[in-house]
Amino acid sequence: MQTAIQSMPHGAAHAEPHAEPGFLRQYVFSTDHKVVGIQYGLTALIFLLFGFFLMLTMRWQIAHPGQPVPVVGPLLEAVLGQVAKGGMMSPDLYNSFGAMHGTIMVFLAIVPLAVGAFGNYLVPLQIGAIDMAFPRLNMTSYQFYFLGGIIMFASFFIPGGAAQAGWTSYPPLANAIPTDGQTFWLLGMVFLITSSLLGSVNIIATIIQLRAPGMTWMRLPFFVWAQFVASFLLLLAFPPLEAAGVMQLMDKVAGTSFFLPTGLAVGGAVGQASGGGSPLLWQHLFWFLAHPEVYVLILPALGIIAEIIANNTRKPLWGYKTLVYAALALGFISFIVWAHHMYLTGMGTTIATFFQTTTMLISVPSVIILTCLLISLWGGSIRFNTPMLFASAFLPMFGIGGLTGLPLGFSYSDIHLHDTYYVIGHFHYVVAPGTIFALFAGIYFWFPKVTGRVMNEFWGRVHFWGSLIFMNVVFMPMFVQGLSGMLRRMSDGGATYALRPDVHELNRVILWGAVCLALAQIPFIINFFYSIARGPRVTSDNPWNATTLEWQTPTPPGHGNFDKPIQVYRGPYEYSVPGASKDFTPQNELPAKA
Amino acid sequence: MEIPYTVKARPDTGLYNAKVGLWLFLASEVMLFGGLFSSYVLLRVGAPGGLWPRGWLNIPLGTLNTILLISSSITITFAWAALKSNQFGRFKVFLGTTLLLAITFLGIKSFEYRDKLSHYQVTLNSGQVVDGHLVERTADHLVLHGVEADSPKAFLDRRSREFRQLQHEEFKLATAEVKKVEAYKPRMNTYLALYWTMTGLHALHLVGGILVMGYFWGPGSRMWHTAPEHFTNRIEIAGLYWHFVDLVWVFLFPVLYLL
Ligand code: HEM
Ligand SMILES: [Cu+2]
Repeated sequence: MQTAIQSMPHGAAHAEPHAEPGFLRQYVFSTDHKVVGIQYGLTALIFLLFGFFLMLTMRWQIAHPGQPVPVVGPLLEAVLGQVAKGGMMSPDLYNSFGAMHGTIMVFLAIVPLAVGAFGNYLVPLQIGAIDMAFPRLNMTSYQFYFLGGIIMFASFFIPGGAAQAGWTSYPPLANAIPTDGQTFWLLGMVFLITSSLLGSVNIIATIIQLRAPGMTWMRLPFFVWAQFVASFLLLLAFPPLEAAGVMQLMDKVAGTSFFLPTGLAVGGAVGQASGGGSPLLWQHLFWFLAHPEVYVLILPALGIIAEIIANNTRKPLWGYKTLVYAALALGFISFIVWAHHMYLTGMGTTIATFFQTTTMLISVPSVIILTCLLISLWGGSIRFNTPMLFASAFLPMFGIGGLTGLPLGFSYSDIHLHDTYYVIGHFHYVVAPGTIFALFAGIYFWFPKVTGRVMNEFWGRVHFWGSLIFMNVVFMPMFVQGLSGMLRRMSDGGATYALRPDVHELNRVILWGAVCLALAQIPFIINFFYSIARGPRVTSDNPWNATTLEWQTPTPPGHGNFDKPIQVYRGPYEYSVPGASKDFTPQNELPAKA
Repeated sequence: MEIPYTVKARPDTGLYNAKVGLWLFLASEVMLFGGLFSSYVLLRVGAPGGLWPRGWLNIPLGTLNTILLISSSITITFAWAALKSNQFGRFKVFLGTTLLLAITFLGIKSFEYRDKLSHYQVTLNSGQVVDGHLVERTADHLVLHGVEADSPKAFLDRRSREFRQLQHEEFKLATAEVKKVEAYKPRMNTYLALYWTMTGLHALHLVGGILVMGYFWGPGSRMWHTAPEHFTNRIEIAGLYWHFVDLVWVFLFPVLYLL
């Protein structure tokens, strides 16, 4: 009937003889979006674990400044030498670990998981496409990401170690540190930015061009919308940071002074730089990326949560259109709030007022999204499986993160809170028990589709409760510490400052919270690998009785995804439709004859 | 298994995939150069009054390059139009012309770069500053062809009457009286840093474009005989990219050469 149908290539695909591609083509240099997604996922999970390990050793140093790190101390000394002498963490090493913890978590773990893995794997499936619009670019995107990761990882082992100026890399500090870590950081970022450019072009083009017949915009699952907006943010916000990265690289290697002011003195001596640059310029360019970036961290998470909530409450999402418009609004406004990270740079009240206003504006769509998801729970007979447990914990955790952002959004209160542990608490609530919980939920939820097996429910619950409790043990005390004035990025955990002793004592609480949080991940890791090999096989292609198209594929989906032409007839969340024969109606199910 | 809409446009969007991809890519490129131009504005506005170099670049050469690049934008459009009207020979001529124009642009640009690299500012122990092109450099002396003044400020505005009145001559400077020798490299000052970075990044975009167009002109053009529509699309995409590269230069030229 429609011309678009003829482009559903399936009949043709079966006709040609099909040579099995070799191992390399199938698993390493594959252009299949599902394989690329899995590659992204596994690499990013490894980086997530590595970033967590960096943080664990730092928490030891904060809680017990100057004492040898137990267990891994000798290893650190053996691998890194002088900076970990006697198994102790030197301030230099602390700074490296801190900078790389942030960099790895944001750019190498969460975004690649949320967009690279979930986006790649699910977007084509959910819109009924056979692959991404540009499969080869997709593979290249992963390769750039991988190389960027290698560069970042290698920088730990060069003389002087990895970058030390924080994930924010503020100059002039970033330039003043005489080692090459920062240069590696900048090169690594150029690779990661290129990767994210290729990835985001691909996701957007795929959503625009490859939707199956009948898949109109307002029939897209909310997850697809979230990926769409997040990809636009990546596409448009990263390039200015790339420009800034090139300029900082020029400052580092060509001796320019883009970010170095006239008369800059380093270590008591006026440097050789020509001067005339502006350190603030970096901050503007950096936050122009990094604020939208935080929405790249959260939007895909909201998308995952929306799918899981609709599926497990067996109800349509409440306010689907509102959610979509709120996500779009979030995307637009996130480009004009960046300077709320810079209230303390002396910007003057007029500009501060502008950015305070926009920051309050952006919390409106955030609250709308959260509220829609909360109301969606109302009156449902909820199935509390592991994905749903994570999804329901996500809501209050993200809520705490968002609400604690409001005092930061006003310059008046931010003056007290800026650069304290309060800020660390704020953004970790949104990213850790927020986004990471959503990612866990997503892993448990889509695992049966990807592997054809189910993860163990009991160990999933152990993982959930352990994570929920210890996430809060780790991050809740940070609000207290921050409000009492404890600064972030101090290698002695603020011991040189006269704070109340019990505020310092909290560092020990957090340390043991973090250790327990690590232990709570062991069930997950074992469950994950065990279930890949031995988990019970799913008996149906659609084990959760879901409506969206990814469940209309064979399990696991083969090359080309669908084994039948897809025509979409309805919206994404037709659960418990009155009068229907079952409590879910897949998007491609023929409408009943009237 | 074939991805839909790689060649034919999707009816409801009216676009084939690569075109969507290219427009998105260009949007991100706009943000990339937008970041650089904003940095230019911020750094220039932040510079102490009157201390921004003017007239340091060769305007006739810059103008010539502008004309070359705009012409190449036109010829690549003709190349695409030739394919559309099934004239492969004409296509070869026009794409070839585009390539020649682009390479000439790069040739002129590298001449300008070389000129900057042999241009020196030498501060003497006496405080005098000599500015000019290096003629000779040995262990015990330097020979520069240029002008001399009491302070480097005299060289900032090269369109000023004062500067134009300075005598051009050859200076032989003993190494012993020289305090500092500095070429017109990126590190000399913020203006040059911007000049080198922005035009350098632009030149890289040209190199990329030339490589791709060269491929389409040479071995890649065989596709015309197997998949003419797909090949025509590729030239259209290359053309869109090339217009963008052209457009960036149309901003770079006034900002760096004229203002
Ligand atoms: C919803 C309302 C939100 C508001 C009003 C808000 C506001 C702020 C403000 C004003 C700061 C700067 C604090 C300072 O440095 O003094 C900040 C920091 C931060 N926020 Fe939020 N935020 C919100 C949501 C989020 C979300 C959803 C995320 C991520 C998923 C996030 C991640 C971050 C990060 C990573 C930082 C710290 C960056 C750094 O300095 O290293 N925020 N937030
Ligand atoms: Cu922000």
